[in-house]
Amino acid sequence: MNSSISNSSPSPAAASSAQGKTLLEVRNVAKRFASREVLKNISLQIAPGEFLTLLGESGSGKTTLLRLIAGFEQPTSGEIWMSGARLDALPPYKRRVNTVFQHYALFPHLSVEDNVAYGLRVTGSPASEIPPRVDAALRMVKMQEQAAASPSRLSGGQQQRVALARALINRPQLLLLDEPLSALDANLRKQMQGELKSLQRELGITFLFVTHDQEEAMALSDRIALLKDGALEQVASPREIYARPATSYTAQFIGQTNLLRAEVREGIAICGSLRWPANAPNGAALFSLRPEAIRLAPESSLAPAAVRFRAQIQQQVFSGSVEHLEVDCAGQLLRVQIPARGLLSGEHDFVFDPADAISVGG
Amino acid sequence: MYSRTYKTIVSAPPLLWVGLFLLLPYALMLTHSFWLVREGSIVHQWNLQNYAKLFHNPVYVEVLFRTVRIAAGVTFLSLLLGYPLAYFMSFHAGVRKDLLYQLVIVPLWVSYLVRGYAWKTILGSDGVLNGFLQYLHITNAPVSFFLYSPFAVILMLTHIYTPFVFLPLYASLEHIPRNLIEASHDLGASPRATFFRVILPLSLPGLLAGATFAFVLTLGDFLAPLLVGGPSSVMIANIVQSLFGTAYDWPLGAAISVCILLLTVSLLFLTERLEKRWSFR
Repeated sequence: MNSSISNSSPSPAAASSAQGKTLLEVRNVAKRFASREVLKNISLQIAPGEFLTLLGESGSGKTTLLRLIAGFEQPTSGEIWMSGARLDALPPYKRRVNTVFQHYALFPHLSVEDNVAYGLRVTGSPASEIPPRVDAALRMVKMQEQAAASPSRLSGGQQQRVALARALINRPQLLLLDEPLSALDANLRKQMQGELKSLQRELGITFLFVTHDQEEAMALSDRIALLKDGALEQVASPREIYARPATSYTAQFIGQTNLLRAEVREGIAICGSLRWPANAPNGAALFSLRPEAIRLAPESSLAPAAVRFRAQIQQQVFSGSVEHLEVDCAGQLLRVQIPARGLLSGEHDFVFDPADAISVGG
Repeated sequence: MYSRTYKTIVSAPPLLWVGLFLLLPYALMLTHSFWLVREGSIVHQWNLQNYAKLFHNPVYVEVLFRTVRIAAGVTFLSLLLGYPLAYFMSFHAGVRKDLLYQLVIVPLWVSYLVRGYAWKTILGSDGVLNGFLQYLHITNAPVSFFLYSPFAVILMLTHIYTPFVFLPLYASLEHIPRNLIEASHDLGASPRATFFRVILPLSLPGLLAGATFAFVLTLGDFLAPLLVGGPSSVMIANIVQSLFGTAYDWPLGAAISVCILLLTVSLLFLTERLEKRWSFR
């Protein structure tokens, strides 16, 4: 998915959330622990049925935001609304929000089915209704065979499924997932990603997913909200955020990029020996140029707008379908990703489309 | 690996200790319980007379039942005091946790006797409690049943054993992962439901360990009845003490001791089994 770049208009999901009705609205929320400001003035809207990912490094405040929505913490200032009602004034057990915890938090003294039934029992569901619903929930996550087992006998992936079934049994309007896949190994993780995504489509429940893994965020989300130091850096669809990063942090965090520190003069950006037309005000500017936006120059005709430069191959790493190059263009090191084509050496001509050099601020 | 000589040298002292001061006395006690006393001296003649006497003389059975009742009372009251304290400290004490913990521990450093005499001065006829009640004109004369009653014994032993109940309870509450409580709230359980469905079941091993401490220690106590109990609250250990002392009937004393030992060991065995079943980590 990394290879598909489009400079097109906002994606359908982003557009629909802007016009359609809002399920959850976070309004100017800030959170402070003692003197540490963990969240700074966060505003965010989530549309019904959306898969929104809070992405950020550890300490960026993503889990804190999730805990505020679940009700385990109270915001220092700001409000949280859900379906037109104030959410942050309610205790967690009165919110129609359920959570899949990072380490699953299954009750060790209860069997798998009793764990799943917990939400129904404590909310006083009719006794006759409980077994069929538990059975359906376990079937949904393919765990009906282990219904009587103790959680400690399950593998990480199985515990994950039980945690999911337990969180979905009360039919929440919003499901919060706190790095649910981080404890799984790589293969299982990929598989669970696929299952999560199809489950979400099937049920139509809104998912708010927390992760520090940008690939996971890209693979699953309708929209990504990137957090940095407790503030929202950018909220957009994966394609949009990749193609049009708003800041240099976003450009570097989502995928790989070349950050070019350029001087803009009369619509021309100059960075070392590179020059390209840029639609930016005069002065210093930072540009993001994705490695795959740079290509080897074709021998023959050249698109008139393309920027051509000559560079020395410094390093070449082969990874199956693509080659990762590091090239030196008169002292400016650039990362380049091209389709696999055999060993390169010496100097070569490269080109890029100036529209792919995205201005990401000063 | 360690050499055989090293292992022998290291394990010899504790084995010797256990053999000399634990196993040997038990063996002596058991053999004595099958002997008898004739004309003021112990006769080494095997018989079951002591055990028969124990079960036919209503005094012993009555005292044994009283002891069990007192132990049950002490256990119940210590849990009633210890559980809320442990719960509060584990979940709501915040930064004062360490200080409160020390405060709970401090009485353990004070001698048992000192604490016993303290209760004597509080409960006695011219004690603090009676003085206070008369000062407030709630009573006109000293209330005598405060001291020298089963009530005083239960009070004193509850005071002494509450920390023993508190410690394992607190440890088990501290070991409950906090995200389980969040998960319970998240699934719609009120704080009350969360307590009964998550916290209480997960603290059962600690509760059982604390209750066992209080019960077993009270069962073998003989100082509290001596200090604050009086004749109405004689406990089984007092009988054993007098049989081994002034009454000079070691065989009967040994037979009672064997019974108490059997009771205690089977109780410990039972609670250990239950503790294992109720621990989930």
